[in-house]
Amino acid sequence: MNTRKILYQYGYRRCLDQDRSSPARHPVVVVGAGPVGLCTAIDLAQRGVPVVLLDDADRIGEGSRGICYAKRTLEILDRLGAADPCLEKGVTWKIGKVFQRNDLLYAFDLLPEDGHKMPAFINLQQYYLEHALVERAAALPNLEIRWRNKVVGLKHRNDGATLTVETPEGRYDLDADWVVAADGARSALRGMLGLPFQGEAFEDRFLIADVKMKGDFPPERWFWFDPPFHEGHSALLHKQPDDVWRIDLQLGRDADAKAEQMPERVIPRLRQMLGHDDFSLEWVSVYTFQCRRLERFVHGRVVFVGDAAHQVSPFGARGANSGIQDAENLAWKLAFVLKGEAPESLIASYDLERSAAADENIGHSTRSTDFIAPRSAQELRFRDATLALARHAPFAKRMVNSGRLSMPSTYDSPLSTPDTDRWSGSAHLGAPLPDAPMRDHSGQPIWLLDAIGGEETILHVQNEAQPPVGSRVLIIGKDLVDEHGFFTQRFDAHPGSTYLVRPDQHLAARWRHAAPSLIEEASRRLRGFGEGHA
Amino acid sequence: MSTLVTESRFIDPDRAYRALIEAHRGLSEEESAALNSRLVLILANHICEHVALQEAIALAKQSMESLDTASE
Repeated sequence: MNTRKILYQYGYRRCLDQDRSSPARHPVVVVGAGPVGLCTAIDLAQRGVPVVLLDDADRIGEGSRGICYAKRTLEILDRLGAADPCLEKGVTWKIGKVFQRNDLLYAFDLLPEDGHKMPAFINLQQYYLEHALVERAAALPNLEIRWRNKVVGLKHRNDGATLTVETPEGRYDLDADWVVAADGARSALRGMLGLPFQGEAFEDRFLIADVKMKGDFPPERWFWFDPPFHEGHSALLHKQPDDVWRIDLQLGRDADAKAEQMPERVIPRLRQMLGHDDFSLEWVSVYTFQCRRLERFVHGRVVFVGDAAHQVSPFGARGANSGIQDAENLAWKLAFVLKGEAPESLIASYDLERSAAADENIGHSTRSTDFIAPRSAQELRFRDATLALARHAPFAKRMVNSGRLSMPSTYDSPLSTPDTDRWSGSAHLGAPLPDAPMRDHSGQPIWLLDAIGGEETILHVQNEAQPPVGSRVLIIGKDLVDEHGFFTQRFDAHPGSTYLVRPDQHLAARWRHAAPSLIEEASRRLRGFGEGHA
Repeated sequence: MSTLVTESRFIDPDRAYRALIEAHRGLSEEESAALNSRLVLILANHICEHVALQEAIALAKQSMESLDTASE
């Protein structure tokens, strides 16, 4: 049962580095071609940094897999040139429903407003995402993927690291100025450096099943507490492409993982849930989970990203989504440092910003788990009391926690220049910019985030004064026209308002009226030349 | 500075106490525990101060410690 029907197979190919007498030297070697490693590699390559991406396997499509990709992740994928196939294939959804027994407790809408290019979420089997990313990577001449290249040794140097790589044709060494460890929750690199991976383990077992069927369920996230078909536990139903449905059933802590995966045990359970047996099993697994992290994500010239750096429970879709946000946070910083446009200490801000994000994700994930899988009689009482009160009092509805779905982090960061003016709207200092539909100078529709792309950008709302100067300035009212007023509202924009945007599209600074010296200072600060980054 | 008020605030504290007792009359252990859980959630929301909630938890736990030492 633990094999996927769809696999993409890639081949091992001997590379020139294997025939060298001394190790070849590369600016960046990324280890692990999952979604996070692929995104890191693509982002770096797009920024002009040559990348070698190593993976110990030669195919994708195996193992327990993420299915929910959030709006911010889709925006990042779009910038990386991989969103279109995902959107085309994925199931777009934004409505979630929470049931107790058979009764609807409440429904939520994750993206209640118009004027965003990307939907709140899509569901997509992880192998489709990985496939889209591999295809995109293949189109980049400065990105080389080496399949069946397994890292078996890692040695720190002052100015980088040396990796020993095992292939079907033997071993070779590689020197890297920087190593990005994207080798997953069981990270071998983490082990090689002897780094502890600490946190909380949860005892409850969950059954995860992908079922193929033609169903009339809408593309919504349905979560049940104590459903009649699975008494005393929780259940989740979620649609994926190809008529595949993800089902997640809480089994309790005493469940026998092996027995529960047997079709003769799984099928009756699902029959009870779905009310028929007109389905086939695509994949079944029983899992427990941990919420844990590395104390630091940067160790010399080795940087940990994604599950290798931090691990969360699946509730809230915070694994792949936060990992891809790690990738985008790190890529522009590494590119700046490698090109000598920023001090090496800029990388410390990756640790700072993404550590805070990891803590936020682990916090949400742990609290969801507390609610979904209570660990004592009294925890269960509080949970059931909340569910019962939810029918009567709005406050309790807000306490019902079936997973708080992934939202991007707002960085409280030394790279940000603190606000000196008052701002309203949905743009926040340190957060990714809200998108907005605009028109370009020729009147063509363009999304704000597409116009900004991956470069440090100054957005300036036209007024009588001279526009600011910088490496890249977009003038609202000239280069971009805010036809429908979304930009004005979301950015609380007035004539003269100026915004400095980081290469990862997070807001670094803003002014009602910006003096050139302030913009220059904020730009230096964004690159880690500011205070605290000596 | 403490935000949890521990000075007596009810004009008639006996009446408030009595209201809690009456609410539990005739309930089984499990029903009482369920009622208390609901009450805690409702009152915590009404207080709506995280610091006060933490201090209330600390005070409740502190009073349990003295219970433990007394019984030793």
